[in-house]
Amino acid sequence: MAIDSLILGAGQEVGKSCVVVTINGKRIMFDCGMHMGYLDHRRYPDFSLISKSGDFDNALTCVIITHFHLDHVGALPYFTEVCGYRGPIYMTYPTKALAPLMLEDYRKVMVDRRGEEEQFSSDHIAECMKKVIAVDLKQTVQVDNDLQIRAYYAGHVLGAAMFHAKVGDTEMVYTGDYNMTPDRHLGAAQIDRLRLDLLITESTYATTIRDSKYGREREFLKVVHKCVSGGGKVLIPTFALGRAQELCILLDDYWERMNLKVPIYFSAGLTIQANMYYKMLISWTSQKIKETYSTHNAFDFKNVHDFERSLMDAPGPCVLFATPGMLSGGFSLEVFKHWAPSERNLVTLPGYCVAGTVGHKLMSGKPTKIDLDKDTQIDVRCQIHQLAFSPHTDAKGIMDLVKFLSPKHVILVHGEKPKMVSLKERIHSELGIMCYDPANNDTVSIPSTHYVKAGASDTFIQGCSNPNFKFYRNSAGDSDLNDKNFMQDVQVKDERVIEGVIVKEKSQKAKVVHQDELLVMLGENRHELQFAYCCPVQIIDLKEMKSTYLNSRNSMLCLSENFSWLQVLQWRLSDEIPEGNIQSYGEHLQIESFHVSLCLKDSCPYRVQDNHQNRMKSMFFCCIWSAPDEKLARKILSIMEKLNLSKI
Amino acid sequence: MKFTCLSKGGGFHFPPCHMLNFCGFRILFDCPVDLSALTIFSPVPTGFDSFPDEESCDFEFVTEKRQKVEKPLGANSLIRAEPWYKTVKSLHLWNISQIDVILISSPMGMLGLPFLTRMKGFSSKVYVTEASARLGQLMMDDLVSMHVEFRQFYGCEDSGFPQWLRHEELELLPPELREVVLGKDGTELGGWMPLYSAADVKDCMQKSHKLKYAEEVYYNGILAIKAFSSGLEIGSCNWIINAPKRDIVYISSSTFVSAHAMTFNYCALQGINTIIYSDFSSLRVMGDVEDENNYFPQTADKLSSLSNDCSSQELAESSLNMDEHLEEREKLGFICSCALECVKAGGSVLVPTNRLGTLLQLLEQISALLESSAMEVSIYIISSVADELLAFLNVIPEWLCKQRQERLFSGEQLFAHVELIRRKKLHVVPAVHSSKLLTNWQEPCIVFSPHWTMRFGPVVHLLRRWCGNPNSLLILEDGFDPKLALLPFEPIAMKVLQCVFPSGLKLQKVEPLIKTLLPKIVLFPEDLKPQISLSNAKSFSVFHYTEDDTLHVPCQKDSSVFEIATDLASQFHWKKLMQENFNISRLKGELSIDHGKYHLLVGKEQGSSSKHSSLLHWGSPDVQKLLAALSKMGINGSLEQGISDTESETVHVVHVQDYKGLIKVGTRSTVISAADESLASLIFEAVDSVLDGI
Repeated sequence: MAIDSLILGAGQEVGKSCVVVTINGKRIMFDCGMHMGYLDHRRYPDFSLISKSGDFDNALTCVIITHFHLDHVGALPYFTEVCGYRGPIYMTYPTKALAPLMLEDYRKVMVDRRGEEEQFSSDHIAECMKKVIAVDLKQTVQVDNDLQIRAYYAGHVLGAAMFHAKVGDTEMVYTGDYNMTPDRHLGAAQIDRLRLDLLITESTYATTIRDSKYGREREFLKVVHKCVSGGGKVLIPTFALGRAQELCILLDDYWERMNLKVPIYFSAGLTIQANMYYKMLISWTSQKIKETYSTHNAFDFKNVHDFERSLMDAPGPCVLFATPGMLSGGFSLEVFKHWAPSERNLVTLPGYCVAGTVGHKLMSGKPTKIDLDKDTQIDVRCQIHQLAFSPHTDAKGIMDLVKFLSPKHVILVHGEKPKMVSLKERIHSELGIMCYDPANNDTVSIPSTHYVKAGASDTFIQGCSNPNFKFYRNSAGDSDLNDKNFMQDVQVKDERVIEGVIVKEKSQKAKVVHQDELLVMLGENRHELQFAYCCPVQIIDLKEMKSTYLNSRNSMLCLSENFSWLQVLQWRLSDEIPEGNIQSYGEHLQIESFHVSLCLKDSCPYRVQDNHQNRMKSMFFCCIWSAPDEKLARKILSIMEKLNLSKI
Repeated sequence: MKFTCLSKGGGFHFPPCHMLNFCGFRILFDCPVDLSALTIFSPVPTGFDSFPDEESCDFEFVTEKRQKVEKPLGANSLIRAEPWYKTVKSLHLWNISQIDVILISSPMGMLGLPFLTRMKGFSSKVYVTEASARLGQLMMDDLVSMHVEFRQFYGCEDSGFPQWLRHEELELLPPELREVVLGKDGTELGGWMPLYSAADVKDCMQKSHKLKYAEEVYYNGILAIKAFSSGLEIGSCNWIINAPKRDIVYISSSTFVSAHAMTFNYCALQGINTIIYSDFSSLRVMGDVEDENNYFPQTADKLSSLSNDCSSQELAESSLNMDEHLEEREKLGFICSCALECVKAGGSVLVPTNRLGTLLQLLEQISALLESSAMEVSIYIISSVADELLAFLNVIPEWLCKQRQERLFSGEQLFAHVELIRRKKLHVVPAVHSSKLLTNWQEPCIVFSPHWTMRFGPVVHLLRRWCGNPNSLLILEDGFDPKLALLPFEPIAMKVLQCVFPSGLKLQKVEPLIKTLLPKIVLFPEDLKPQISLSNAKSFSVFHYTEDDTLHVPCQKDSSVFEIATDLASQFHWKKLMQENFNISRLKGELSIDHGKYHLLVGKEQGSSSKHSSLLHWGSPDVQKLLAALSKMGINGSLEQGISDTESETVHVVHVQDYKGLIKVGTRSTVISAADESLASLIFEAVDSVLDGI
């Protein structure tokens, strides 16, 4: 059995995320995005690769959308309403609430402003969203008898989730976009330790390592503050959801602290409406915001007002959030046309702009003129600030996640090819995990896990349930352990290596039993198989040397003749094999199953080699042991044969 | 599996409480408090004149009390002391430290939890849905803050054991009150406890593990626990517990019809082996209907006898649900119209409810009705936690019913109260004496305020104010004796309306539900047996349980399932036994117990396929075969003749390689002796080959 991953989008690129994964006959489409950089057929994933006949209902078990960004959900109305997919679609509550806003906003930009032929209508969006089943975080959803899915917090935007899918014994995670560090309004991604065969992860920042966020936030606030105090206007082109709220929390807070009175505007009612969604969905935000909502909802902005078109050319400073982001058209571009020619003004751009947008042009080099189309050219004299913070994880975050989950295979998507190649090699060399970076329309096949099922007896289970704690000392810094970090350097693990017997009776299910139970099952008696050897040990009578010893070793006085040879043997053996746990039972000593006692018989059957020469000076110790301890026994015997026992 | 019903509870506010012994774990379902027992206490008196001074006229007081036994039950019979709270009577008989898991199915089932968590030795893992946890916490906080009234009036607790709980004092109580204190059979005295503190509540919340909807958690790696909505209240749930040997579904009081909480998800419970049915509510509703109407002229309860035509497959869509839905709406409509009439006549309406569903719906419907009839009447919610409660309700779309969720998706507020507060139609204040209330207080008005027992909270003050006004209206919940509850406020001129709201499944739906779920075993209350006979069902067996009895349910699966990784399984050395039917192999691997399953994986230090000899042998070796095996290896052996040993065992001795080695072969044991290690191991091989072993 295998897992096949067909990459329909975001293979070695960013845009139109769409991966179709086939696990043991179940087929899941993760994300159904569109590419913002293309206007032709390339903007949508090539759905014909899923089913030539277009019978998507039978070809797919379900569709899962990770978050509301258009490159993850943009093609969904097209897929359901135009292509005709009618099966289940899963997304989180916030995604279900916010995705239609994004789609509608995009549709308007396409149709109303650019005058393009519409790919899907408002009704299509509404109809499409009706088919969506909303899920909560960690909710275990049984899609059908075999397929189970679960969402985990991804921290990228409100409601963004990583999805875990499980079919039989095979498990995988598709991350969507995620952030491993908390930001102003969202927490960090969170996931359980899982036993994964496959992890499909984004890799937007495959090679970037970022420092603390706070420095970059300060820088942003400084630039904005400087601009407005110089009487300039600040344009923040952004999508209505996500970044807008994050920056707004940041600015609102800063305005409050610095007691600034310069107005902050939101273009269109869209963002205001979006804020209302954010208020209801507050349980999906960061811990800090969640804790304070009942006294003050963080999305009740004090300094934010609605923007009216007439204010565009009004004098005086202001800050304006305008959609869409990346200056790809619409209102933000219109405002940009008005404000760009003045060097007092400021435009902030997100960390990433799709190729083909005005934002992308502004970022590449420092153009003074931008051609909008054949007839329009804009003089760009305003300042441009690129936001250095992003809701995507950096390379360290990706490595941390991969290491934490330790899947058997990793597929990288949603990134740039050269960077992905280097990350792929890192994952392979540092973590020893197979990693792939397929291009669009490629399929990656990896083997999947299976388990053999067997029954287990109660006795065996009980034997398993005893913990087996082992303490490890971390190898690093062994020499200079001080008390303080001693605790951290000791790791406790509960490793349970178990042993038993698996029995397969003809035409019955295999069963695991404890070895003691086996004989009962078979109706047999145990036959004990042991080794024995009566070992001669040289002794020296020290009576004549007594006086010298007495003088030199006073302390040895106590070792009088009252002590038996067995005890003397015990002391000597414990010197020779310090690791052995020698137990004394008076008449005999025992080390594991090795049993030794003084043999006073004249002829012991196990005294095989009778060495007459040494007889006078030898004592015999009869030893008996069972097969598993053969190695140990032979070691002890060889020590015993070399010993010279003596007592004072 | 052992199941003990500790208490069958009593209505919405006092859910049942059970103990389950399962898979070696002890699981407690819910930890409620019988708040209706609070009615035996007197509310805090308004003036000192109405309260006899116990210190000065001790003697008269006692004699007065002695006479009281003969007197009819009156306001003076109520206990005047700081109240204690009545917990589940037999719970304190269990060793708290031995409870492994506590599952809380509703906010009401949580109210007694701090009594446990504050005890020494408490170490259970508590699971509760996040919504139940938050609502439960608010209810407990409210309880603690309302209880302060008593503390302030009676002073701090001096000794451990209150006067009124003493045997002599209990003797003097009127029989009605004594029954509440001691229970019908006089065994419930041990359940009374002094209330927990705010710190206890906080501590209890920290000890609770909050779950998302249908989140799967694993206790000890082996019990997989999941919560699915039951429809009764926001956050209330039914539990599925999967263990290697048995799957259990615990059905708490559930309802198909809910105007606020996410509805009963019974589909998720389908196909589970064992059902514990724990909803006694249908029994209680029946009982209530009988003795109704003799005290209160008006009742909104319209329990019609509906035909039992519910097809098992379309339970949720059945006509019964439509009827129930309609019935609920009619009931609420009736209450609203009563309220409207009341305010039109210049009276005020008091709703002492703690049922969120009722509160939210009445709030929405009454405000709509007032608006449509162009009435300007203020609505107040007075409670120490109302602010937080209302804020919370608007941020949990995940736990609301479909209609409310649709509001989220279309960008509307989840409940109307947000808008009502904004438009200043609804005033939310923490207490009757808060300045915000005093400045905009207007009568007539409509007030929602705790507590439903009418013994503490803002409701006491308002009831005293309005009880004499025949134009005013009091809307009560069901589930307690209104006669006793209103005793301190006698004589009552105001109108009283007591309504039955759904607090569980309707009788007619129980059987179709259970049949739909396709169980093998059903644990069912004995008390419901006369109404619902499941015994004619063929597809499952029924065990009836009663309060305080332990039910033993036999196990069905005889073994747990082990999952062995294929790479480990491929390393097995299968060995065919001399008993032809058996193939056996030694098994060694690293065990991991997680996600409710036993997995066996290839261990880290495991050598892949080193040849190992058997460690366990059975049977008796044939000496001739052994000699043959030895000679095959090139070892000569000679049998020492005629030695039969002492203990009934026949022992043969074989000398090997001219007395370099010796084999002593018995029926139960064999001893190999050789000084040379390699010779010994060769002999071992030979013996091994003539024995069965592993």
